[in-house]
Amino acid sequence: MRFMFRYVKPYTLRVIITILLKAFASFAELFMPYVLEYMLDTVAPTKNMGMVFACGGVMLGIAAIILTVNIGANRMAVFTAKNCSYTIRKDLFWKSLQLSGNKFDEFGLPSITARMTSDSYNMQDFIRMFQSIGIRAPLMLIGGIVVSMMMDTGLGLILCVLAPITVAAVLILSFKGIPLYDKVQQSVDEISLVMRENITGIRVVKALSKEKYERGRFQKANETMIKRDRKAGTIMALPGPAMTLFLNIGFVLVVIIGAYRVNGGVTEPGVILAFLTYFNMILMGAMGLSRVLLMMSKANASSNRIKLVVDQPDELLPIPESEAAKTDSEAFIKFENVSFNYGESSKHEHRQKENFAGEERQKSLDNISFEVNKGTSLGIIGPTGCGKTTIINLLMRFYDASEGNIFVEGKDIRTYTLTDLRRKFGVVFQNDMVFADSIADNISFGRDVDRDRIKQAADDACASEFIEAYEDGYDHMSAAHGANFSGGQKQRILVSRALADNSEILVLDDSSSALDYKTDAALRKAIRENYDSTTIIIAQRVSSIMMLDQIIVMDDGKIIGIGTHEKLMAECKEYQDIYKIQMGEEV
Amino acid sequence: MAVKGGFQEMKKPKDSKGTLMRLVSYLAQFKITILIIVLLCLASNVMALLGPKLAGEAINVAAAGVGKVDFNMIWYYVRLMALFYITSALITIAINVIMVKVSKQVAGKMRRDVFDKLMTLPVGYFDSHQTGDIISRVSYDIEVIGTCLVTDVTTILTNVVTIIGSFIMMLTISPLLSIVVIITIPLSLLYTMSMRKIVQPRYKRRSRAYGAMNGLAEEMLSGHKTIQAYAYETKASNRFDAVNHEAAEAFYSADRIALTMGPVMNTINNVSLAFIAVLGSIMFMNGAAQLGQISSFVLYSRKFSGPINEISNTINEIFSAMAAAERVFTLLDETEEPADVENAKVLENVRGHVEMKHVSFGYLPDKVVLHDLSLDALAGKQVAIVGPTGAGKTTIINLLMRFYDVNSGEIFVDEGEIRGYTRSSLRGAYAMVLQDTWLFHGTIFENIAYGKQDADMQEVVEAAKAAHIHSFIMQLPDGYNTMISEDGGNISKGQKQLLTIARAMLYNAKILILDEATSNVDTTTERMVQEAMKRLMKGKTCFTIAHRLSTIQNADCILVVDHGDVVEQGTHDELMAKKGFYHKLYSSQFN
Repeated sequence: MRFMFRYVKPYTLRVIITILLKAFASFAELFMPYVLEYMLDTVAPTKNMGMVFACGGVMLGIAAIILTVNIGANRMAVFTAKNCSYTIRKDLFWKSLQLSGNKFDEFGLPSITARMTSDSYNMQDFIRMFQSIGIRAPLMLIGGIVVSMMMDTGLGLILCVLAPITVAAVLILSFKGIPLYDKVQQSVDEISLVMRENITGIRVVKALSKEKYERGRFQKANETMIKRDRKAGTIMALPGPAMTLFLNIGFVLVVIIGAYRVNGGVTEPGVILAFLTYFNMILMGAMGLSRVLLMMSKANASSNRIKLVVDQPDELLPIPESEAAKTDSEAFIKFENVSFNYGESSKHEHRQKENFAGEERQKSLDNISFEVNKGTSLGIIGPTGCGKTTIINLLMRFYDASEGNIFVEGKDIRTYTLTDLRRKFGVVFQNDMVFADSIADNISFGRDVDRDRIKQAADDACASEFIEAYEDGYDHMSAAHGANFSGGQKQRILVSRALADNSEILVLDDSSSALDYKTDAALRKAIRENYDSTTIIIAQRVSSIMMLDQIIVMDDGKIIGIGTHEKLMAECKEYQDIYKIQMGEEV
Repeated sequence: MAVKGGFQEMKKPKDSKGTLMRLVSYLAQFKITILIIVLLCLASNVMALLGPKLAGEAINVAAAGVGKVDFNMIWYYVRLMALFYITSALITIAINVIMVKVSKQVAGKMRRDVFDKLMTLPVGYFDSHQTGDIISRVSYDIEVIGTCLVTDVTTILTNVVTIIGSFIMMLTISPLLSIVVIITIPLSLLYTMSMRKIVQPRYKRRSRAYGAMNGLAEEMLSGHKTIQAYAYETKASNRFDAVNHEAAEAFYSADRIALTMGPVMNTINNVSLAFIAVLGSIMFMNGAAQLGQISSFVLYSRKFSGPINEISNTINEIFSAMAAAERVFTLLDETEEPADVENAKVLENVRGHVEMKHVSFGYLPDKVVLHDLSLDALAGKQVAIVGPTGAGKTTIINLLMRFYDVNSGEIFVDEGEIRGYTRSSLRGAYAMVLQDTWLFHGTIFENIAYGKQDADMQEVVEAAKAAHIHSFIMQLPDGYNTMISEDGGNISKGQKQLLTIARAMLYNAKILILDEATSNVDTTTERMVQEAMKRLMKGKTCFTIAHRLSTIQNADCILVVDHGDVVEQGTHDELMAKKGFYHKLYSSQFN
């Protein structure tokens, strides 16, 4: 709840005014019957027609005031709710982008998206509701009790005892409901997960005619959700009627005790009648309160889920020079005895079990050391899962090394801000993304790159030919996830992106797998001739890296060979094997 | 693959009456339950209305004055009151519980219908719609409908009963005064109807905006790492800001109007109270009514205001549920994959002879990707398809498996045109390993066994061994029971690929499709995989899209595709001798 108030806080004044307006409207509402009573009791017997119409006019006037005030207050409440939810989503999105790889995997994409949407709507609804009935309801409840106490303290005491019991019972039930709604929300995540998997894997599902199986899988998640939803709904269906019952029992008590008091001459019978009216008021208040509580339990569950993301501590902040490691090496990039293990920094044990790669080996990287001089090129080759990508993950500080140090330009990378460090890179990852945006924007990708540079980069990446074949050329829009491009086309756009800003360091992680040999060769030639970047290429094909200045052969997190192609051909057996298989007998 | 998401939304709005009817039809299977609920509502309301009446009687007894109160009578009324209140509360709880059950089941049924529908849609639908937007229909829109059902239906039922009950009481008290109410009720209805026209499109805009926001968030966040690498966070945030802003404004524009309805309805009530007061006073002055009559009339008219208020609030929610329902129904109305032709044959005992004759195809009518493609793959032969990126290689696969239908030309499997077979039997003839590997949240065992319904552990292990992923799996703490997180999580591309190869091996179909399948497996493993593959491919027709020279060299036939046409065709040696396009492609690796 405190988390929600953080977002409401800037609108405190507005919220207070809204609540006051609502309270004013409620009181004005109470004034209506008073005028009515005055008309019937006082004016009508005098047979003064003018007064009757005047009073009618007053009532109309009050109605008009109530209308204006209520509409105004409602609009203000909606306005506040809208602004709060907007800011919540903004913060949530921003924070989600900042999350480290570990944390992001821990939450999972569908869950983060669900927080962005349905959870934020729950909070929005609550903020709105709270202002219109959240205050009015308790006001009616307490006001009713106070007035009835004033009328007859003895009878009022019954209410004083009953009201807290009622509210407590409702609260207990509601708080029982909160964890149940957490569960419901989890189910929403699970359902989204199955849907997402099926949407992205629709070809496989259809190819294997697994539609029926998938329906079953979805139905299982769906059944769970129905069950949880029902459980939560059933619990939350109890407080309302229970509250009504308690208060009605109170009313019965008032009638009995009132009767004894009348008999004893302590109370007038009219008072019991008046209690009927106030009971109604208290009842309305209690009902409103239970509705607010219901929404609150939902909003609270959602608010906690959002808070979990937004209040994640910042990770990977720059460290002061004094704590940083030092090096005398002049190399542009230097790894010094670096070891690393995935999942180590993850605190959540239960997720870790599912975290596949984290446990597969003792160490993902084991005592890695190498240097790359400015403007030279490095190739990394080795079996699947040997730690090639991990080197990039550490170099760009998506994770911090467990042991050892990494230097860029002679400075410990941890002393750079993440933005400064990463700005040095042009990179294509495995499974990289083309976004739903124009090709030009996908290439410039937020950096200050002009059209000529974009075109040049696309030329170098052998992408310009297919791009310029579109009528709208570089302004051609990509579909979501680049679905309107083939695998090879996507990779060329991605390489163009990496090249566009003439970055100091160029990293291509398995980014030519969907390119044919010819394109791959042309691309390497262009990089060699047109760019002075320090280049790191991770590849499965020897042909992609054999011309580079330095090649690292990796296996099982270790470097098993390092040097030029010629040196490795002479010294490294594994490298020779790879070469032989790939280049065939022709060579 | 056409991007038509935008147009989809602009379809002419369906009549809301139809939407309502369909929504009601979902409730149809519960008609008896709902009838019971209506009766229970009636009962509970009558009891609740009787409470005050009994109280009044009791007070009348008490009014006898000091020392004269008949406590036998008092206790009699009080016992009845307690009984009615308790029964009424129990009935209300029963109603709520039943209503929760019904509404959750209806929501569940809708989710299921949507998912079932998704399974029948052509692949093109998924190529052209944002994942997040589709999911939003299930996670948000159906949720709105579900909430509406549980709270709104009961609210309306209860309140309608109260209104009718009160109205009857009013009529019996004073038909003349009732005229005021007879005027104001239609006025309320009229107002509600007119508001619907204004509010409905705004709710639609809101649902649309929410869908768009979900879509963009999903897309952006799946590129999380790339965004961080390029320090694109601010720009990404700005882009999100635009849809977020639209979502907030759409909400504001709908709800600020919708929330005027409550106060206006309330005012109609207050105004009618004023008229009753004036009219009542005049009647009193003329001796046409007694004071007690008027005050009890007023009491009942006050009973009116609460329910009318509630109903008007509820109507808002119904509007927003209708807008949500429309989005769900739009999806349910999407054109499905055309049904199998009448008396479609089941493709059985596949030999694996595949032939394409003069096939032309484009994802958009005006953009032809394949012009006039013909190929003949005899059973058990290995066909390699090579060519520059975007030449149409993946499209060929889409057509072979009937993910899309050809524009013109024919495709035959075992001499039968593929449109004459049932889809599932046709697709069953293929096993494939695609460029984009796909794993789902489940154990490794489940992922490998995916293609074969009743595969046992032994078969799975054999397939895994053949794909050389067995020893890797055994190193994992839970072995074959290790859970794979969504989308393969942290597993490297290569490991994913090996798992999908294992899956294809187990599936054991007559025709294999390998779409650049081995391009991510490291070479050491690849050699082993290829040996296994060779064994697997024995006697099977195999289409390979790969750039591996070894694969290409061994193929019985190499198709060289460029710009949607087969430009060269032959064995490796023939094509090399020709010194044409293929020769150029081939030599380029040794630049």
